[in-house]
Amino acid sequence: MDFWTRLYEGLPEIAARNVWQDAYGKFYLAWFQDDRWLTYFQGLGTTLQVTVIALCIGVVLGVLVAVIRTAHDQRRPGTWNPVLGIVDFICKIYVTIIRGTPMMVQLMIMGFVIFKSSRNFTMVGALALGINSGAYVSEIIRGGLMSLDPGQSEAGRSLGLTYFDTMRFIVIPQAFKAILPSLGNEFIVLLKDTSLISVIAGKEIIYFARAIITRTYEPMFPYLITAAMYLIMVLVFSWLQGKLERRLRESDRR
Amino acid sequence: MIDVEKLSKSFGDHLVLDGITEHINPGEKVVVIGPSGSGKSTFLRCLNLLETPTSGKITFEGTEITDPKVKIDEVRQQMGMVFQHFNLFPNMTIRKNITLAPVRTRRMSPAEADDAATDLLRRVGLVDKADAYPNQLSGGQKQRIAIVRALAMKPKVMLFDEPTSALDPEMVGEVLDVMKELALEGMTMVVVTHEMGFAREVGSRVLFMDGGHILEQNEPAEFFSNPRSDRLKAFLEKVL
Repeated sequence: MDFWTRLYEGLPEIAARNVWQDAYGKFYLAWFQDDRWLTYFQGLGTTLQVTVIALCIGVVLGVLVAVIRTAHDQRRPGTWNPVLGIVDFICKIYVTIIRGTPMMVQLMIMGFVIFKSSRNFTMVGALALGINSGAYVSEIIRGGLMSLDPGQSEAGRSLGLTYFDTMRFIVIPQAFKAILPSLGNEFIVLLKDTSLISVIAGKEIIYFARAIITRTYEPMFPYLITAAMYLIMVLVFSWLQGKLERRLRESDRR
Repeated sequence: MIDVEKLSKSFGDHLVLDGITEHINPGEKVVVIGPSGSGKSTFLRCLNLLETPTSGKITFEGTEITDPKVKIDEVRQQMGMVFQHFNLFPNMTIRKNITLAPVRTRRMSPAEADDAATDLLRRVGLVDKADAYPNQLSGGQKQRIAIVRALAMKPKVMLFDEPTSALDPEMVGEVLDVMKELALEGMTMVVVTHEMGFAREVGSRVLFMDGGHILEQNEPAEFFSNPRSDRLKAFLEKVL
């Protein structure tokens, strides 16, 4: 028997415990009993996995939609490309629907309607989150692309660079630096939204916390532990983001 | 070299250029002056299709560039442009600013472009700034780099859109010197400017624009000493 279990066994009857003894007793049930702490980390693994997959889907979709929509908005006046027009229209519908409906509802539609026969709840959840994130990311990127001084892309084009080279070497690197704070914000929202996949039985942290609560009838510590784990992940992420921002500011030195 | 035929451009209901017909010969240094809002910048920007003309035809070296099917990027590679606000790329070093276009358009290998950049920077006395970023330079230095960046593509014509208007007065000279040197080398130039001294000294022809028309043009000495239209007389009285 380890130290924590001996400490727990040494506690008086529940009715006779003081505040600290009571808190420790509940924490023991939420964390040490039957090695329950392992299941939180199992949930954490799922959370990270879902975040990474959703992030990839979101960024790819976001960049694609943003580039299509800016290309459509900034096309040479008088030219009309029917393919671009149709694709742009589809992108607009996508962004409107995703931004106009709650994340939770989207998840339920994905989990219980579109993929109702799938048992892979985690992947369905990641897909739903990625599609959701893509719409927001595309608007952030579009804002960044449009906020840049038009003189920058004019200079690129006047040198004879193609539209895509101008985007790749001149516009996107500068826009990326400008949108990094809002992009970081969106990724934090995404990371925290992974907790929602428990509604379609995705096995992330809150799913396991609830499972523990149904056994112990003590909701405080499992929820606090879940909150702390998210907080730590967000802190680590913010720190990484700050490092990246400092690195990109290199060309600003005078 | 550049043939402009009945060029018109309007922004919404506002007619900025009203049927301009003009011809620019190789080796000419055409200086365009006029009050603000007269359409001179728009005229210049139409020449490399940064603005799409509403109607009319522009021919460059026998290619009709207003034809939507023309590969505009290839045409622009032969027309350098210098902007009022420099428009250097702040995310790249000076060297990268200069070499990006020649390398990406496959006009030069990276090594060739590097050598060309060094040569060009030496010409404008900024070779020590090659690895600096644009934000570390003064306005005059930025504009000299912008000229060099356009020259790196070995253009057949250089378009200048008020290149000294955003500069502190003491930096105007260094930029004009580079442009004069370029003129002496025989470069074809179209310059929109408010620098009357430059127009008189370097220009081979001066155009006066107002209200979307070219009201008057002449060789510089005659243009400034003997203006014909009242509009030009009034304008010159104000600026000289």
